[in-house]
Amino acid sequence: MPNRALQLKILSALILCGAWQIAGLIPVSYAFPTFTETMGALFDMARSGVLFEAYAETLQPLVVGVVISAFIGIAVGLWVGLSNFFDWLFSPIFIVMQAAPLAALIPLLVLAYGIGLTSKVLVVCIMAMPVIVLNTSSAVRNTPESFKEMGRSFLAPKHSILLRIVIPAASPVIFAGLRLGVSAGFIGAILAELKITPTGVGDIITYSRSIADYPSMYAAIFSIILLAVLFLNLLEKTETVLFKGNQRGYVSD
Amino acid sequence: MIVLGYRLPGMSSLIIWGLLWEIVGQSGLTFFIPPLSEVVTTLFSMIGTTAFQTALAQTAYAFLVGVGAAILIGIPVGILMGKSRLLDELLLPWVNVFLSAPLTALVPVLMVLFGFGMKSIIITTALFAVWIIILNSRAGVKQINRSLVEMAQSFGASPFDAFFKIYFWAALPEILGGVRIGVIRAVKGVIIGQLLISIVGFGALFELYSANFLMGHFWAVLIVLFALAFTISEFLAYLERKVSYYAAKR
Amino acid sequence: MAMSQIKEVTPLPVAESIESAVSVRNISKNYGAVEALRDLSLEFPKGQLTSLLGPSGCGKTTLLKIIAGLLEPTSGEVFVNGQPVASPGPDRAFVFQDFALLPWASVLKNVTFGLEMRGVGTSEREAIAEKYIKDVGLAGFEHSYPHELSGGMRQRVGLARALAVDADVLLMDEPFSAVDEQTRRKFQEDLLGLVQNENKTFIFVTHSIEEAVYVSDQIAILLPRPSRVSEVIRPSNFRDKGVDNIRRDPEYLDIVDNIWASLRSYVE
Repeated sequence: MPNRALQLKILSALILCGAWQIAGLIPVSYAFPTFTETMGALFDMARSGVLFEAYAETLQPLVVGVVISAFIGIAVGLWVGLSNFFDWLFSPIFIVMQAAPLAALIPLLVLAYGIGLTSKVLVVCIMAMPVIVLNTSSAVRNTPESFKEMGRSFLAPKHSILLRIVIPAASPVIFAGLRLGVSAGFIGAILAELKITPTGVGDIITYSRSIADYPSMYAAIFSIILLAVLFLNLLEKTETVLFKGNQRGYVSD
Repeated sequence: MIVLGYRLPGMSSLIIWGLLWEIVGQSGLTFFIPPLSEVVTTLFSMIGTTAFQTALAQTAYAFLVGVGAAILIGIPVGILMGKSRLLDELLLPWVNVFLSAPLTALVPVLMVLFGFGMKSIIITTALFAVWIIILNSRAGVKQINRSLVEMAQSFGASPFDAFFKIYFWAALPEILGGVRIGVIRAVKGVIIGQLLISIVGFGALFELYSANFLMGHFWAVLIVLFALAFTISEFLAYLERKVSYYAAKR
Repeated sequence: MAMSQIKEVTPLPVAESIESAVSVRNISKNYGAVEALRDLSLEFPKGQLTSLLGPSGCGKTTLLKIIAGLLEPTSGEVFVNGQPVASPGPDRAFVFQDFALLPWASVLKNVTFGLEMRGVGTSEREAIAEKYIKDVGLAGFEHSYPHELSGGMRQRVGLARALAVDADVLLMDEPFSAVDEQTRRKFQEDLLGLVQNENKTFIFVTHSIEEAVYVSDQIAILLPRPSRVSEVIRPSNFRDKGVDNIRRDPEYLDIVDNIWASLRSYVE
């Protein structure tokens, strides 16, 4: 069968949606709408434009936070990866940050920066930055020795070795770090909207829960997860196209 | 880093950061950062209090049950996916979806389905951990050397023996790697669950301390939490290194 | 000079009259307490191919990288064309065991890398690179990427890159160890042609006795812990009888046997 993989994907999607539908029809809980009800609510929200307004708001801290994290994270990561001193100084901080539940800082951020955009951007940053820094620095440190020797033996000056060899060799892992950072950023953005102040999609979730409009609540959650997954998949596809043949190990969180 | 021919221990720079913290705290630059010494004093006086011990016990309970469930479900499912192609193709897309999906968004659903209590927090924790455990167990089984399987067959091992004496051990480095990452995620999950549901454990403590501007207490809890998370992650990394000596030579 | 270490196996017709392209004098290299090379001296005659042969861990790659200027010796000196050298220079080019091709760059870009670093203009360096890509037999693959090539083809790119910078000395670190046996034989034949036509000095690290005897004008046998030159062998004239006859020449077979006899005890 040529399209076995695709057919099975469709089949498993049908099974899952079917199970959802049946669980909603029983219903397993008063707060568990059927799949069709949820899709109906999603469609209504999309048609009235509510959904898009919400996303315009939700994506703000996410985009700003991820962009800031990417710039600072890659810069710090390069620095840490290239210098033993900065490695010694900064790596422990980011290793601890990577292992620690940074969400616990949210109440403090709210105290310090209020409930506005700043706090939300900072939440995204603290979630996204550690993995970007750690991936960048380990990618730079793990540049194959023979690449660097090749550069030196063909008389490449230091900056050429960095720009022409080290950074290109590290870029697949750096990019994977960015993707993991975006993934963590989504968690941060949603956490911020649920925990700090309900805005955007978080507002739809919180509000429809309070008025027991469960289809809308599920639809909003479904849409944000779908968006995140689609976007991350797109990044992954870009990665494979961009770095075809540039096989290197990857770092996971 | 090597200074004067002496290799500084990996985490020793944290002492510098601690000193910096103390200086910033002493200078009174910001209300939000009390001196480290004050935080440590608070920490020791706080450890004995029932509020802290209850929070710790509740968090540990939710964490352990959640991680336990994730391991008990994740490893067998992963191994089955690695062995059965049909199951693999049916489940893998969903495992990948939930691996990268922002699971925080599911917490409100858990709240309405399972209430505002411990149950929701446990499920959140398990949800954060289980996907990577499945994926790694699957990868561990998938990479088992074909000749190892043939060896088992040619020496007449029963499927049961082959499973427990060969496949499990052959996949163990990957499985443990998955458990380690899963546990790190579970720590984040349990805290996110507590923050959003917020009437139990450290989530409640954070609310209490930040509402009353008890910065020393707040940081003390953070330090305990970060230290615990880091210790757990390092301990599992140590276990993983103990088995991975043969990972390269399978 | 540690002449006493050098034992002539066969009469040496021309060696004294040929000047050295590379001289290694009293090189020692320590890694902490570990002595990798001890007081090693060796001459590499101009226009010839010298093999460094020895069991694994005997420091042959270390010596090659010291000559390349990639590693610093603990003591001792390296002279290239009479000048002491301590860092990589335009007089030497390196061929890597693992090819060290940049996976994100096309064959052409990989081959022009060295020229670019020397400040050669775009059109000129591409013309030079194309010539050498053709010479190593990869015409038509200029715009392919390394991952699209076989192991043997990749090493041809590595070779073209080293030839393109027109260095006097070519340093080859087990260049054929990662390619299959048949490709390897073809490479060895091509290498003989290269030595004859290019008027360059080749320093060739290998752990294959047959390969060393087949391609070399001079074979330096290194013994480990700490490494020193135990023997320098200069095969006389079987190479003139044509590539097809070398492997059944009695002298070739004798030298292979003798070398194995002296290395046997060092193999675990």
